Parts: sequence; structure tokens; C-alpha cells
Amino acid sequence: MNISLLTWGPDGWLDQMAMGALMTIAVALAAYALGIVIGSGLAAMKLSRSLILKGIAEVYTTVIRGIPELLVIYLVFFGGGAALRAIASGMFGYEGYIDPPLFVTGMVCIGVSAGAYSAEVIRGAVQAIPKGQIEAAIAVGMSKAQRFWRILVPQVARFALPGLGNVWQFTLKDTSLISVIGLVEIMRQAAIAAGSTREPFTFYLVAAILYLGLTSFSNRGFNWAETWANKGVRRA
Amino acid sequence: MIDPAATAALVAEDIKKRFGSLEVLKGISLTAEREDVISIIGASGSGKSTFLRCINFLETPDGGRVVVGGEEIQIKQGRSGPVIGDQGQLSRIRAKLGMVFQSFNLWSHMTVLQNVMEGPLTVLRQPKAEVRDRAMDLLAKVGIAEKHDAYPVELSGGQQQRVAIARALCMQPQVLLFDEPTSALDPELVGEVLRVMRDLAAEGRTMIVVTHEMGFAREVSNRVMFLADGLVAEEDTPAELFGNPKTERCRRFLASVL
Ligand SMILES: Nc1ncnc2c1ncn2[C@@H]1O[C@H](COP(=O)(O)OP(=O)(O)O)[C@@H](O)[C@H]1O
Ligand SMILES: [Mg+2]
Repeated sequence: MNISLLTWGPDGWLDQMAMGALMTIAVALAAYALGIVIGSGLAAMKLSRSLILKGIAEVYTTVIRGIPELLVIYLVFFGGGAALRAIASGMFGYEGYIDPPLFVTGMVCIGVSAGAYSAEVIRGAVQAIPKGQIEAAIAVGMSKAQRFWRILVPQVARFALPGLGNVWQFTLKDTSLISVIGLVEIMRQAAIAAGSTREPFTFYLVAAILYLGLTSFSNRGFNWAETWANKGVRRA
Repeated sequence: MIDPAATAALVAEDIKKRFGSLEVLKGISLTAEREDVISIIGASGSGKSTFLRCINFLETPDGGRVVVGGEEIQIKQGRSGPVIGDQGQLSRIRAKLGMVFQSFNLWSHMTVLQNVMEGPLTVLRQPKAEVRDRAMDLLAKVGIAEKHDAYPVELSGGQQQRVAIARALCMQPQVLLFDEPTSALDPELVGEVLRVMRDLAAEGRTMIVVTHEMGFAREVSNRVMFLADGLVAEEDTPAELFGNPKTERCRRFLASVL
């Protein structure tokens, strides 16, 4: 192990690794946000009365959960590229080779999976709300929107928090998989550094420490959030 | 002739409701004048809750009409029976009908005070300071002011039900609907809730009370309805209905509960 490689500045690799970590955080946050949006939509579909919507949501989660994450990434990446090229040649007559933008692709690749997992969490949280509390809101004259924002959302957030914390941990670690498409995050940066210094163990160890730092830091964040959200709830 | 529905506090007329093949309500009518306290009694499963829930359209009745303070709840014909005609109007009317549930149904993410203030703030959009004062007064009245910062889980059933009553009152409703408000309570907690309800009746509140508390029905209400088989089997003053029941059904029911 060569410690002199782990310095800041032109001769060391710490700047690059730090940039990689920032990219990991950025793509994880974007994917997580997308995942929660997709997950909320899927949960709403699963809870709806329409058999068609239920079916679509069921197929989505079954497919995403049933194939390896890495394959989802290849499918989104190459499928997205093919779609982009088809649009470019069909609508603009452009015949060159275009790759989909890396960050967006990474976000979609990971977000698609995060969506499938958070859908289950959110659906469970909605079902955990006692029906009587919704009826009390109806009886007092609240509109659908008021019921949604005042009664449903705060409680769903509370019930879903532990599960969504798990989804965040998965999302954070899964971003390492999108190094395969060339986005320079922690994993890809570690591989680059390892290759050019011939010190793979050093850099993969640094990568491990960075991931560990990120996951334990966010773990604390979620624990704090759960304590805050549960105030008064299971105290008795 | 003047339509009596125009002046009564609440009129429910010929309410019908079925769940699949089960015909629960076969045409039930009720007129509550201002300051009436009407008790609804009957065996478990006789449709008391369903009738109460049809009044504020927690269940949409299959037939009949509901008029609150002279305003009829609008319905229109959907593909499989009547549906709510105007959500805005219904919300406005629901706000005039305070409902107290058997299982309290307090919002668990809100404190006692927030529970009581929520409706007036969100639905009626009244000023916060005014609502807060009224809410604190009501909590004092139901004897729970010192717990205003507690969450529902921290309260006993009797305390939760008194908060639920304060929550209903804070909307300043024209009619209060109670669905077996003491049935989920430990016996030693029933008294504190009934006491609050007696006070409300004495103040001249208009109340419809589904109850198994025959003492309350007898002493507090001015009219009692006995439901059986989806119909009003007997309706009278408490003195007559309890003292001199006309139907065999009612006699047997009273014998079984008294
Ligand atoms: N949402 C529902 N779906 C199907 N059946 C119901 C529903 N609500 C009530 N019932 C049935 O209607 C009948 C009357 O119920 P309910 O009004 O709760 O009676 P009560 O309050 O007098 O005990 C019961 O047989 C009950 O099982
Ligand atoms: Mg009932």
C-alpha cells in the first residue's frame, strides 16, 4: 500500500476520489427522488380499484425485482440509446451515433429499481393508516386533497420511513453498478486510479471507506428522522 | 303546507341501503327538530351504524334523501345507483354534522389540541387565534385541558373519546351524531363520557345517539327509535318505549339488554 498516493493535489488521488464521492451522492439522491416518485405512483396504482392499473404496477415490480440490477442498467442504457437514435434519425434526420447523457441514464437506471422497492414500502404505509382516521377526516368535511395532505401524507411518511431508509441504503450502494456505463463515481474512479497506479487494493479500500462513511452517516440521519417523526406515537 | 324538512335541524327520509345481496336499511326516516336528543337502539347488526353513516354520506344511501338545516344533500344517478352530486356542497353539510365514532378515530400524528383545531382551520378556514381559544375552552369543558399537548396514544379511551367530542364541537355543528360512543370503553370509563353527553343534551344540542346505554336513552333523550330488520320497528318517547313497548320484538330486545 502506497500512502503517498492518498494526498490532495496534482500528485495524489484524493481530489479525484472526493469528486467521485460527490458524484455518487448526486446520482444517488437523484435516483432516490425519482424512485420515490415512481414508487408513489406504483403504490397508488396498486391501491386503486382499476384492475388494469393494478396489473401494470404488479408487472412492473415483478419484472424489476425478478431480473438482476446490472441487467436493468444495460437494458435502460442500450434501450435508451436505441430510442434516442431512433428519435434523432426519425425526427431530425441525424444518422450519427449518440449516447444517452450519462448522469440521467444513471439516475434512471437506479431510480427504476428504487421505484419498485419503495412502491411496496409506501403501499404498506398507506394500508397501515387506520381507516377510521380517514373517515373522521371525511366526516369533518375535508376534501380529498385536504385528506391527502393533512392526514395521509404525514402518516405515510412516518410509517414508510424505516423502509425508505433501507431503500436509500440499497440505492446508495447500487450506484456502484452504474460505473459500467462510464459515469465517474466512487467505483469508477477507484478503478481508474487502481489501473494507472497499479495499486488496486489501496483504492478499493478507499472506496469501501467512502461507502461505509456515506451509509453510516445517512443511517444516523434516518434514525434521527424516525425519532422525530415518531414523537408521541409509540411512546405509551 | 310547509315542507317540514325546511325547518327541522335534520331530516332523513326513507333511507335505503344494501351491501350486495344484504338489504340493511329498507327505508328508515328520522326528523330531528332543534334541541331533540334521539336515541337509536336495536340489536347488533340491525343497521344502526349504517343509518348514521348514511346521514353524512360516509355510506351513500341507495335511496331516500337527507336534509340538513333546510338544505338537501344533492345526489345524481350513477351507473349503479345514486352517487354524490356535489362534493363541495356535501363537504359544507358534513361540517355541520359533528360525528363521534365508537373507536374515537383521533388523528394519531396530531396532539389533542391539534386534533380539535384541525377541522375549523382546514375546512372552515377560521383564524387560528380564535380557533385556539375555542378549542381550549372545549377541552376544559370536557375536562381534558391539561392534556392538550399530549398525543392520542398517551390517553385512556375515555379521555380520547372526550377529545373526539371536543373535536366535533369545535366545528360548531348543528347536529351531533354519536355511534356507540361508549361501546369501546372499559366499564369504569363509560361514566365520564356519558356525563359530557348529558351536559351537551342539557345545553340544548341536537343529538342523534346510537347507543347500548339504555339508562342514557331513557333519561336523556326525548325520543327513542328501535331498529329491527332494516326498519323502524318502534319509535316513541322513552317513557312509553321502555315502559310500555308495543311490539313483541322491542319487548324481547329490552328484556335481553336491561
Ligand atoms: N361496508 C359494509 N359491507 C358489507 N356489509 C356491511 C358493511 N357495513 C355493514 N355491513 C353489514 O350490515 C349490517 C348492519 O351493520 P351495522 O349498521 O354496523 O349494524 P349495527 O351498527 O346496528 O350493529 C351487518 O350485517 C353488517 O355486517
Ligand atoms: Mg354499530
